[in-house]
Amino acid sequence: MSLRLEPREHAPLGLRLLVSLLAGAIALLFVAIPVMAAGANPCEAYVLMAQGAFGSMFALSETLNRATPLILTGLAATVAFRARLWNIGAEGQLYMGALAAVLVGSGFLQLPGPIMIPAIMLAGFLAGGLMMVVPTMLKQRFGADEVVITLLLNFVVILFIQMLIEGPLKDPLSMGWPQSVPLLAEAKFDKLVPRLRTHWGLIIGLVSALLLWLMVKKTVLGFEIKAVGENKPAARFAGIPVDATMLKVALISGGLAGLAGVGEVAGVKGYLSADLSPGFGYSGIVVAMLAGLSPIGSVLAAIFIAAVFVGADSMSRATGISNYLADLVVALSLLCVLVGSFFLRFRLAPANPKVEA
Amino acid sequence: MTSHTPLLSLTDITKRFGTLIANNAISLDLHQGEILALLGENGAGKTTLMNILFGHYVQDEGTVRVAAGGDVMTTLPPGSPGAALAAGIGMVHQHFTLAENLSGLDNIRLGTEPLLSFGRRHAARAKVEKIITESGLDVDLDRRVDGLTVGEKQRVEILKALYRDARVLILDEPTAVLTPQEAEGLFAVLRRLAANGLGVIFISHKLGEVLAVSHRIMVLRAGEQAGELVTAQADRRAIADLMVGKAVAEVTRTPGARGRALVEFQSVSLGKPGHRAALHGVSFDLRAGEVVGLAGVSGNGQSAIAALISGLAVPDSGTMRLYGDPVTRADPRRLVAAGVARMPEDRQHDGVVGTMSVADNIAIEEVRSPGFSRYGFIDAKAIRARATAAIAAYDVRCPGPDAEARLLSGGNVQKLILARVLERAPRVILANQPTRGLDIGAQAEVHRRIIAARDRGAAVLVISEDLDELFALSDRFLVIHAGEITDAGPAETLDRATVGLLMAGQTHTPETLAS
Ligand SMILES: Nc1ncnc2c1ncn2[C@@H]1O[C@H](COP(=O)(O)OP(=O)(O)OP(=O)(O)O)[C@@H](O)[C@H]1O
Ligand SMILES: [Mg+2]
Repeated sequence: MSLRLEPREHAPLGLRLLVSLLAGAIALLFVAIPVMAAGANPCEAYVLMAQGAFGSMFALSETLNRATPLILTGLAATVAFRARLWNIGAEGQLYMGALAAVLVGSGFLQLPGPIMIPAIMLAGFLAGGLMMVVPTMLKQRFGADEVVITLLLNFVVILFIQMLIEGPLKDPLSMGWPQSVPLLAEAKFDKLVPRLRTHWGLIIGLVSALLLWLMVKKTVLGFEIKAVGENKPAARFAGIPVDATMLKVALISGGLAGLAGVGEVAGVKGYLSADLSPGFGYSGIVVAMLAGLSPIGSVLAAIFIAAVFVGADSMSRATGISNYLADLVVALSLLCVLVGSFFLRFRLAPANPKVEA
Repeated sequence: MTSHTPLLSLTDITKRFGTLIANNAISLDLHQGEILALLGENGAGKTTLMNILFGHYVQDEGTVRVAAGGDVMTTLPPGSPGAALAAGIGMVHQHFTLAENLSGLDNIRLGTEPLLSFGRRHAARAKVEKIITESGLDVDLDRRVDGLTVGEKQRVEILKALYRDARVLILDEPTAVLTPQEAEGLFAVLRRLAANGLGVIFISHKLGEVLAVSHRIMVLRAGEQAGELVTAQADRRAIADLMVGKAVAEVTRTPGARGRALVEFQSVSLGKPGHRAALHGVSFDLRAGEVVGLAGVSGNGQSAIAALISGLAVPDSGTMRLYGDPVTRADPRRLVAAGVARMPEDRQHDGVVGTMSVADNIAIEEVRSPGFSRYGFIDAKAIRARATAAIAAYDVRCPGPDAEARLLSGGNVQKLILARVLERAPRVILANQPTRGLDIGAQAEVHRRIIAARDRGAAVLVISEDLDELFALSDRFLVIHAGEITDAGPAETLDRATVGLLMAGQTHTPETLAS
């Protein structure tokens, strides 16, 4: 009996979950090949990875610490992609958010202590948001492709940051390291647990996910974003302000990525440097895809990706296998989820259903 | 003469979507040289049956067989458009499937051979040109498809099917988007093709053309095979009886009380000057309690007028007034709030968001109003309740308010839009092709509702290419030609010939014509 593809009327939630889970699992399985090639036992490697990611309070904290920016960049991609706005610039938006946090929170402005943290968050959100609003306006005005613009802006931003931290923002006490002046103590996020690195940024990420879920499911804005994303002419005809809605999406998307940058500066490093993010912005796209553009799913996907990175680091220390393995898992899981999403749209059916004689 | 073995034979085709039975044990034969009309109410299962025949859907039961030479018939594998094509079945969908950026010729060849084979291109052109001479399907093969009219695109679709040596041609509501003239042209082609031995199945809601063109009529009702008629022995009543099981009441129109002007156009211009579809200094008004029919061959400025009244555009020069105040911003939401009901011409494109639910599509124009949301939060319960009531009141056939709008049949999408715009007791109604694709029962229902709205004091503008419809509804006629409007006066003083002349651009006033 041969099989054929048939379009689905709709994909149930369970199936969507299954696709994401399978994508992650298959990606992990594939990694057995390079692990064996490196002469190690894949089963051992998996155990080491799991222990490295979840095996102790310290490991768990490291994983959640890694997941924190990924949740926010994942949500940034989620909200944009839902509206068919292709924001590939979360990396640059993250750095702009971090920059804004440093500008507001390192003593250039005299702010009373209690409003310091809200102030750097707002500044970071707006800075990141602006980085997405401008490309969106260019798209609306001149038809400029937002994929190209946001992608290229990532490189512009990082060069700009490098210029600043080698120049006007450079910390005179850094002994020559290219890093910015540090945040004031009252601008830093508290740790969630003493002596562990997980910080309040995680709570910000979780709350953002909840708020985004609420927005998507329950609000007029979510309704309008869906209409605009799925059929622009019909949305316009029905009186939904298409351009304004897209700009709101851009602000939220860029703003969430900006918040990720604020969290890294205020929660982890304490200052801005050019190695603040090892590609959190790009990984956010994988997170969103793996989550099937679900806000709550983004949290889980971010933790999965973070666990892969943290686990691979620890395994690599134990076995000597390169931690590039983590990048391989992430890339493979993206590929798997893309293949999987095809099966969300189509089902395999027997080519010859029963036919009465 | 037709041979005894049919070209095509469907036996006991059944198709279910969940609990809905879209087709229940349908059987039909199609012979060489025969034109079969497939009729039925909106959602009766016509498109579904044709999609099974062409392999887009897989039937749950039943077989499709095609003639394979001599008296032999072979069974088509279900769900294989490739096999259907190879067996000589060609389908022209209601929504065209052409590559807009390729020429007509390349579209016709697409999928049959590699595109970059120059020698074959020549042979292909020769073959297509031969088909054109035989069938009368005249079209400029070298023009890019996006520059063709709807009628020309349809001809390219038919040529594409014939180029693949179709022996059976299926057309799903081919005349819904054609002007009456284009429809006449299509029928001439179909008659010639049938005379050359092709079998044709076409779906239509227009009984007049069905009676004029087909040889045989098959009627579906709610997925069941309601009956078959030989066209020569059929009349409108008999068909309507089979379709809806009862006679369809004609709308009657009593003279209305003409009130004050609710919409005024004062020397309105819009669009590129000199362009046929642009408006050039147009003046007219729509008055309370009056239905105005806008007659004209499509593409003469109707879309510009619709865009203005829909709130998608504002005049380049001149003024459009609503209730006396000039409209200066293109803002559909403001017009909706002011009580303007707007039906889009292309309902699949502009009317519904296919992946949103029926309920959401009914609420979409007013999500921000207090009835449907509070403090920016959607009131899902209110939206569902409104949808449930609207589905019942407007007879929208769908699995329920939560079903995605893309699953609705063509006519039911239109009913959904009617439910959206008419339920608010609007003061101004833009009825753009209000009954395109609706079955006769639903057509009468829409007409009844339009007249009722008028009697309640609404000002109505009906844009239609169907003169019968315009005469059934209108108190007064406007005729549009090349972006200019002639006030043709009250409907009682007009006949089809006069309107036809004005549509063709004769600049005489009715008075001079009469003398
Ligand atoms: N893929 C699908 N999933 C669920 N229901 C469907 C699907 N396709 C069609 N239907 C339902 O099947 C019924 C028949 O639809 P169909 O499109 O065949 O009607 P139709 O006779 O062509 O109507 P119309 O004259 O309005 O075009 C409708 O109630 C429709 O909602
Ligand atoms: Mg149909």
